[in-house]
Amino acid sequence: MSGNPYQDGRGNKDASITNTKGIGTMTPAHRKSGPTTKVDGGPFLIGDTMTGGYGKGPDILHECTIAVNPGEIAVIVGPNGAGKSTAMKAVFGMLDVRSGSVRLDGEDITRLTPQDRVVKGMGFVPQTSNIFTSMTVEENLEMGAFIRRDDIRDTMEQVYDLFPILREKRYQAAGELSGGQRQQVAVGRALMTKPKVLMLDEPTAGVSPIVMDELFDRIIEVSRTGLPILMVEQNAKQALAIADKGYVLVQGRNAFTGTGKELLEDPEVRKSFLGG
Amino acid sequence: MTETVKNTALFLGVAALVVITGFMQSWNSAILIVNMGLISAIMAIGVNLQWGFAGLFNVGIMGFVALGGLAVVLVSEPISPEAWSAGGWGIVLALLLGAATVFAAVMATKRMPKGRSRTLTILVVLIAGFVIYRAVFDPNVMAVEAINPAAAGNIGGLGLPVLLAWPAGGLLAAGAAWLIGKTALGLRSDYLAIATLGIAEIIIAVMKNEDWLARGVKNVIGLPRPVPYEIDLQNDPGFVESAASLGLDPVTASTLYVKLGYSVLFTVVLLALLWMAQMALKSPWGRMMRAIRDNEVAAEAMGKDVTRRHLQVFVLGSAVCGIAGAMMTTLDGQLTPGTYQPLRFTFLIWVMVIVGGSGNNFGAVLGAMLIWFLWVQVEPLGLWLMNVITFGLPEGSALKSHLIDSAAHMRLLTMGIILLLVLRFSPRGLIPEK
Amino acid sequence: MDLLNAFVALSNFVLIPAIAYGSQLALGALGVTLIYGILRFSNFAHGDTMAFGAMITVLVTWWLQSMGIGLGPLPTALLALPFGILGCMVLVLVTDRMVYRFYREQKAKPVILVIVSMGVMFIMNGLVRFIIGPNDQNFADGERFLISARDFKKMTGLEEGLAIKSTQALTVVVAVICVALLFWFLNKTRTGKSMRAYSDNEDLALLSGINPERVVMYTWLIVAALATTAGVLYGLDKSFKPFVYFQLLLPIFASAIVGGLGSPLGAIAGGFVIAFSEVTVTYAWKKVLGYFAPAGMEPDGLVQLLSTDYKFAVSFVILLIVLLFKPTGLFKGKAV
Repeated sequence: MSGNPYQDGRGNKDASITNTKGIGTMTPAHRKSGPTTKVDGGPFLIGDTMTGGYGKGPDILHECTIAVNPGEIAVIVGPNGAGKSTAMKAVFGMLDVRSGSVRLDGEDITRLTPQDRVVKGMGFVPQTSNIFTSMTVEENLEMGAFIRRDDIRDTMEQVYDLFPILREKRYQAAGELSGGQRQQVAVGRALMTKPKVLMLDEPTAGVSPIVMDELFDRIIEVSRTGLPILMVEQNAKQALAIADKGYVLVQGRNAFTGTGKELLEDPEVRKSFLGG
Repeated sequence: MTETVKNTALFLGVAALVVITGFMQSWNSAILIVNMGLISAIMAIGVNLQWGFAGLFNVGIMGFVALGGLAVVLVSEPISPEAWSAGGWGIVLALLLGAATVFAAVMATKRMPKGRSRTLTILVVLIAGFVIYRAVFDPNVMAVEAINPAAAGNIGGLGLPVLLAWPAGGLLAAGAAWLIGKTALGLRSDYLAIATLGIAEIIIAVMKNEDWLARGVKNVIGLPRPVPYEIDLQNDPGFVESAASLGLDPVTASTLYVKLGYSVLFTVVLLALLWMAQMALKSPWGRMMRAIRDNEVAAEAMGKDVTRRHLQVFVLGSAVCGIAGAMMTTLDGQLTPGTYQPLRFTFLIWVMVIVGGSGNNFGAVLGAMLIWFLWVQVEPLGLWLMNVITFGLPEGSALKSHLIDSAAHMRLLTMGIILLLVLRFSPRGLIPEK
Repeated sequence: MDLLNAFVALSNFVLIPAIAYGSQLALGALGVTLIYGILRFSNFAHGDTMAFGAMITVLVTWWLQSMGIGLGPLPTALLALPFGILGCMVLVLVTDRMVYRFYREQKAKPVILVIVSMGVMFIMNGLVRFIIGPNDQNFADGERFLISARDFKKMTGLEEGLAIKSTQALTVVVAVICVALLFWFLNKTRTGKSMRAYSDNEDLALLSGINPERVVMYTWLIVAALATTAGVLYGLDKSFKPFVYFQLLLPIFASAIVGGLGSPLGAIAGGFVIAFSEVTVTYAWKKVLGYFAPAGMEPDGLVQLLSTDYKFAVSFVILLIVLLFKPTGLFKGKAV
């Protein structure tokens, strides 16, 4: 039995009375946003010495620091269960950060809800369920721009220029697309808010190597526009190859930090994490 | 305050309510509340088995209760040889033909390869089967219903003692539950709620319309009783004497005696079922049931046949409801299909289980007794309340008479409010699951 | 000629009543399916929501009638309908605020919300009976027939008459307008799209800056409008009786599930499937078949497959068949 009696559905799976498809699973650290404060200096986006865990659970992150600047691609790699995705979720406000802070563009946003971080300029692409499968590609992009009240046509054109296949399939339901195309929709949706920083949680999970290379090309292309990109990757070698900055996490701590090239050449990193 | 003390206090509280009723109104109505409360408690145990132990959502309790009532007629009514010779066997034959048709269609669905020929075969089987069924069924039904329609017109019963009808009611309900469970459970997600909701309506429709079965809406009255008749007691000098020694007049004493007789019978059944439910809960079977409920994926990975377990518990719970239904019809002494309402026989039982504490058998019993007491007493209380509220209004004002007339509908309102309050502030119920 | 007569008889006794009833069921099922898609539970209180909205309309209709305000040939209830919708909107929003919202904040499991809706059902049921009583109420006025059977016979010279009650015509017209408006709203407007997005993927909708509370509020408003309209149309066509609305819950659920829960298109299709099967299976075909059979071979019986008392049973048999062969319903019950 779970602690909250309201969340105890007694294992009922009666589809004639309950609809669990697409139900919310997010557990934001804050339900209501707290105040933000101005801070000077530092990188454009930084999760600074973050320590924390989910809800009342134990700490998963220990003084973990992750930062990215405009024009850069920062990649978080590490073994399974190292807390890679957790670190990104902490930056996005899905994890209770008990000490340390998250700062974006000279503002301390540690106490904002994930939604308000989106408003502040964070674009986040979750690892799974990252598109509206029953809606068309174009509607997906429109929903990405939901918080904008200005004309979104230019941004949509830019996304279509970046991912031409999406223009072709704009009136098709996103759920009917292939894995790689879905990821493009997901990234395109996040770009529609005109974010100040783009965060990708394992964008290449479950796609073929060819599609993976193509996706990485597109990500570099996005980065060239000056948009800082923070990315968690399973495929450490390929990811570090395109990274300006790399973070190797082990058990929720920074194990190694450096440029992608440095890490690739570091014998210890190679031995422990890149398979020689 | 330990848990045992708290729970005992809760039960004593409900008992006190009944005693107060005895002193304020009459002991007859107090015992009537207890009797129906006991029956409700059995229904609540049945639903608790399904919802509390297995998370199965049954909203067709009414149907199983009604089947129990039907069993009383079929078991305890005198045998009617006339009806059987007129068309009883024909009806049985027709029903067997109908069952054979459905069986053949199911077999065709399972055995034949998918395609147009299968669809055609199924259609032909179903249509031909239906025509044959109706051709055999209709004349026989007419023949049976023509026999003394004012008083009978049905196939009668087996002429067995009425107490036998209680387990028979359980069996009948179990059979229906097995059929429903077989079709609605077992898919990746089930459709039990809508299936039970529908089947309950169908059962009631059958009982209302098939006059040959149990006289339909013409009702069967004067069912045999497991306890003596009041009039016999009043004519028994020994009984009158012992009543007088207690300072009671024979009429009151006889009604009390009869009602108390029922109370004893019901209490025995309730205690037996409660004991069995507790044993089941603590047995390896019950532990597995709860393991499945709390983490189906893990249980399945451990090789547990989840669908089978769900089917078992669904059939068991429905059988318990059927037993309760048979007991209720015995208490009433009549079967009146028109009185089965989902609000009273399905949703009210749900209120009992939720308020008492889903997953706890004692909670279900407490909830049933408490809610039944309120269901009965809210109406007089509401009337009294309305009289107080409208005290200042002039006699004969439209508002006043409307409010007083509407007091009868306070009961549904109150049940809803109680359910919502308990769900909100004490979601595990009065006696939570351990 | 016989063929024409048979067709007229069929239209009169089967097609027209089934179309009207199907429209009413479809409107009801749309409400159930929207709640299922967005709030993610089956609302047991839906029948009583319909009854409440219809009740307000009945009360306002009586008041308008007493003031001598009417719409001539159209029923006065049409004028009262907006008030009914408003009243129903207030009721569901207050209910959401006082009851459902708490469970959303708790991230309660949908099945808990189903039980909560049972409590709401009790309360609404009691409320309606408390205010207007449990009895039949008549509130239809205006022209009774668009075409009466006698006029039709005179017009066409056919043996069979065709009567179209004005309430039946009205039902279909209003239902078509409602459905068109709803689909336009869901597919073309920003708010409508955000509702579909929320139904499809709650987390992602949140990340896109869609406010769940607003989505839920719009859903309740639409559901209140649909429920009241369905309730009033049903009441005009048959009569207003609180208990009947509670019973309607069953065919409405059946319609929504047959069509595929969560799919508005499915809800409409399901409503008509259920209505047509109920009417055809319980209709006595003697008359229609009589026109086809050669002379002397007319059927003697009523040729009624099942007695009318089994009409609810029919919906569930259809439901069972659909679920056995297509567990997600006719329209694949995907998100709204």
